[in-house]
Amino acid sequence: MTPEALHVIADKERADKATSQSLLVCTAAGCASSGADDVLKALRAEAKAHGNGCQVKGVGCLGMCQAGPLVAAAPSGHLHKFVTTADAGELIANVGRPPSERLALDPAQPFFKRQVKIVLENSGMIDPERIEEYVAAGGYKALAEVLSDLSPSVVIKRVTASGLRGRGGAGFPTGVKWATVAKAAGARKFVVCNADEGDPGAFMDRSVLESDPHRVLEGMAIAAYAVGAHTGYLYVRAEYPLAVKRLKLAIKQAERLGVLGHNILETGFDFHVEVRLGAGAFVCGEETALIASIQGGRGNPRPRPPFPAERGLWNSPTLINNVETFANIPTILRKGADWFASIGTEKSKGTKVFALAGAIRNTGLVEVPMGITLREIVYDIGGGIPGDRALKAVQTGGPSGGCIPAEHIDLPVDYETLNKLGSIMGSGGMIIIDDSACMVDVARFFMEFCMTESCGKCVPCRAGTVQIHNLLTKIARGEAGLEDLDRLEKLSNMVKRASLCGLGQSAPNPVLSTLRYFRDEYLAHVVEHRCPAGVCKIATEGEVIR
Amino acid sequence: MLARPVHPEPPNDDLRWKPVIATMRRYGFASHALIETLHTVQSTFGYQDEVAMRFVAESLRVPLSRVYGVATFYHFFQLKPPGEHTCVVCMGTACYIKGAAHLLEAMEDRWGIKPGETTTDGKVSLLTARCLGSCGLAPAAVLDGNVEAKMTPPGFLAAVEQMALSQHQVKIEEDLEEAVPA
Repeated sequence: MTPEALHVIADKERADKATSQSLLVCTAAGCASSGADDVLKALRAEAKAHGNGCQVKGVGCLGMCQAGPLVAAAPSGHLHKFVTTADAGELIANVGRPPSERLALDPAQPFFKRQVKIVLENSGMIDPERIEEYVAAGGYKALAEVLSDLSPSVVIKRVTASGLRGRGGAGFPTGVKWATVAKAAGARKFVVCNADEGDPGAFMDRSVLESDPHRVLEGMAIAAYAVGAHTGYLYVRAEYPLAVKRLKLAIKQAERLGVLGHNILETGFDFHVEVRLGAGAFVCGEETALIASIQGGRGNPRPRPPFPAERGLWNSPTLINNVETFANIPTILRKGADWFASIGTEKSKGTKVFALAGAIRNTGLVEVPMGITLREIVYDIGGGIPGDRALKAVQTGGPSGGCIPAEHIDLPVDYETLNKLGSIMGSGGMIIIDDSACMVDVARFFMEFCMTESCGKCVPCRAGTVQIHNLLTKIARGEAGLEDLDRLEKLSNMVKRASLCGLGQSAPNPVLSTLRYFRDEYLAHVVEHRCPAGVCKIATEGEVIR
Repeated sequence: MLARPVHPEPPNDDLRWKPVIATMRRYGFASHALIETLHTVQSTFGYQDEVAMRFVAESLRVPLSRVYGVATFYHFFQLKPPGEHTCVVCMGTACYIKGAAHLLEAMEDRWGIKPGETTTDGKVSLLTARCLGSCGLAPAAVLDGNVEAKMTPPGFLAAVEQMALSQHQVKIEEDLEEAVPA
């Protein structure tokens, strides 16, 4: 397969698309759980019976999970919401025409219009199980150009110039990481994609892998060329069977087409990718634990340095990036570093995908430019808080992040601002909390998670998370004194500073941020023995703690 | 001439060992294939018992302690056989905020089981998941593979009741179907 042959595939695919009407059924997690598979089957049967040549395809995430199952029409761009099997006849007969009022979902509403799509540009538009559609959407073009025209150092320069920072949460400059691995001495090097999405309120990476798997593979191949690696691993959660299936299929298709594997696009460059399954351990999202897991062991982290960029998998230099980071790469190289750097703020470039959930009207997956305010995300894109409830806080970064109170929602979303507020960008979970929630209970929920997920290697995290959880339970039951609040704060700071890896170092964040902004709620539990939101079960006198 | 390494025979003539051996062969019986192998054991047998762990340890030439260490480290690997039906309650943040904990309480009151446990008659196993990615449908639960959305404790218990009464064949995973002819 040569780059020219790729053009031929793309042209043929585009010509096919231009002449036919198609219905695109979202089959991502949200819609699948509301019956999208049956809708897909019913539409296929109806299209066959009707015989008007309408093509019915299963695609990845269309974004607005709240209104699922969603069906899009191409090329008209009409969107249908809450589709059931009974609507199949109407959709097929009506294809190309505006949907009836009951089914119509306005594609011009702020939820769709305010988003800027880079990572999700193909999501919901292409069939993730056909490589031809990805190629027609401009896929593997960047890889072809990189391999034939650019030297590895130029690729790294461009990634650095784009200002892209790691989307796994910490925000380390991607170009700097690539340069470190490229410079490191080693006979073998590896590229690893971290798809162990562990934040229990986040499903961005899952959606990208299910909706557009080739984008991640292309990003990995470009990275491999830039750093000089010939083997790559995709570490995916076993809890994502559909993502695993589509990735394995995508790898097979890419190898058959010659854009992955041996002698890629006849340029002499080899890059083989293997999928490795995670097995349900949050700590494996930490890079040294992830390495231990790929090597078949328990996911115990180790001290850094040496960083994986110098000594990673099997002690060889290893580049580890998150799914979303790799997914940005093909577009950056196709459209240019300057274009990418023109989006976002001074220090945070590009876009970020968030999984919007909790007390919000429009739950779903959104991609927004960096620097957008939380207010725009919650009220414009998210449609506001349902019922007559008021916004209390926005939780970002999951168990490693913090709660940003409502009074700060006019601040921009970028790495520095979120850090200053005591939270983190995180991998992209964004939970909207209304005034029906108790912040002590929220902190306790996250601490229980970290306590269960602590690998047990270092004492501050292993014992500290248990003690913090006990204190929070005591507070929630109205049995704590003021000295316990003090103890909680001290202990949290100790765990934060003394833990070995990111899990322990960030585990106290939900506690510290709620103590900072919602101290009155803690005090209500401690001093007045009551839970202002009425969530916690306050112990009556003489009751024994379970 | 180099002698070919001898790999141990499976513990019995159960056909489900075939996919397990196929996985180990795919990785050349390398020790780093341990997690992948345990995944195959999990999907074919439904849990990891001592017989399986001993066989995997011997085949991959790793100490049994390491196999046990890995099997107990990861939540995905179950050491007890699953019940006839499984019920997974999502405990992701969005589901928690919307009351998933009440579903677990209801389960404990009605069936007397906590997460990770199976009813004494072996009918229903209760598990929790960290996030199903169905946050828009919170709180969500998966009953025998079907996602049930926006559950309330009474509705949830009714759905579990119905599941327990239904005839359910344990789904044979794709891995098994793929590996058997090989």
